[in-house]
Amino acid sequence: MTTPNLTANPPVETDLTEVVAGVAGALWLLGAALFGLLAVYFIGIDQGMTSVFGHTLGIHEFVHDGRHFLGFPCH
Amino acid sequence: MERKFVLRGLASGALAGLLAFVFARIFAEPVIGRAIDYETARDTAQTALARAAGQLAPPTAPALFSRTVQEDIGIAVALVVFGAALGALLAVVFTLVQRGSGRHLRPRALAVLLAAAAFVSVYLVPFLKYPANPPAIGHEDTIETRGSLYLVMQVVSIVAMVLAIQLGRVLARTRGSWQASLLAALAYLLVVGTTMAVLDPVHETPGPLRDAHGAIVLGGFPADDLYLFRLYALGGQLILWSVLGLALGPWAERALRQSGRPVLTRASAPG
Repeated sequence: MTTPNLTANPPVETDLTEVVAGVAGALWLLGAALFGLLAVYFIGIDQGMTSVFGHTLGIHEFVHDGRHFLGFPCH
Repeated sequence: MERKFVLRGLASGALAGLLAFVFARIFAEPVIGRAIDYETARDTAQTALARAAGQLAPPTAPALFSRTVQEDIGIAVALVVFGAALGALLAVVFTLVQRGSGRHLRPRALAVLLAAAAFVSVYLVPFLKYPANPPAIGHEDTIETRGSLYLVMQVVSIVAMVLAIQLGRVLARTRGSWQASLLAALAYLLVVGTTMAVLDPVHETPGPLRDAHGAIVLGGFPADDLYLFRLYALGGQLILWSVLGLALGPWAERALRQSGRPVLTRASAPG
């Protein structure tokens, strides 16, 4: 009778550098998407129909012409 | 690779925004200036009419930035940052599609196709329902309604575009790419057409201003300037998206080559 082989399932070898590269890549994509959406929001929408910093108009007035030119409803 | 695509997307977008700014500064800014002059003249006339009728005139808000700042720096910053933002978003979509369903396409062709689909769904179709407006058009009280309507139109259009492309890919397996493309385009048009028909229209272009006796004190907003502003706004977006698509593709191809990955070219493409 043979003793049961306790190491029948050897641990899966993970290449650590590949994991790190994958996580870093995902973070870059996530960061890029976040930056893109935030920038579009502040240039196109904030201090118009909604406002995150209360009733101020600094950004709105500064990007005023661009907001009109890009087709966002402005004021 | 993701890092390279994102950085190249940002750079392509910033370049596209810069060129759109040059176009806007030369062509659109004179129209915006005339629209603001009209707005000022209308405010003055309305104040005079209110005074003549014995009412209090509404207070006018002080200007935070001079026109020079707005038309030279404000719009430049807005367009370059907006371009970079679009570049970052396009790079994310490009990265995901390029390793998935878009593998069989040459990267530079894929970038142009994605930019074209984005231009149509993000800007062109919403523009057909709610076109860009120069200053002086639009009541301040309706900004929330107009903003929501525009956003709904954009979201429906973008989602419909993504679904139509998926539909086209499924249909292409059995019907060939010609029929599949036409059917997918038809499905997209059906969805956005229905949405346009259902959503409330916005008619806020100022008409003539009349006094108590019905005589015209100030004409309506000049039709030629409205046309020119919308034409230039469309032109600016065309510049933005085409430069973005054309710049990102070759840059992404070079990044792929440098990393030793095979890039599909005409020589290596099947058939």
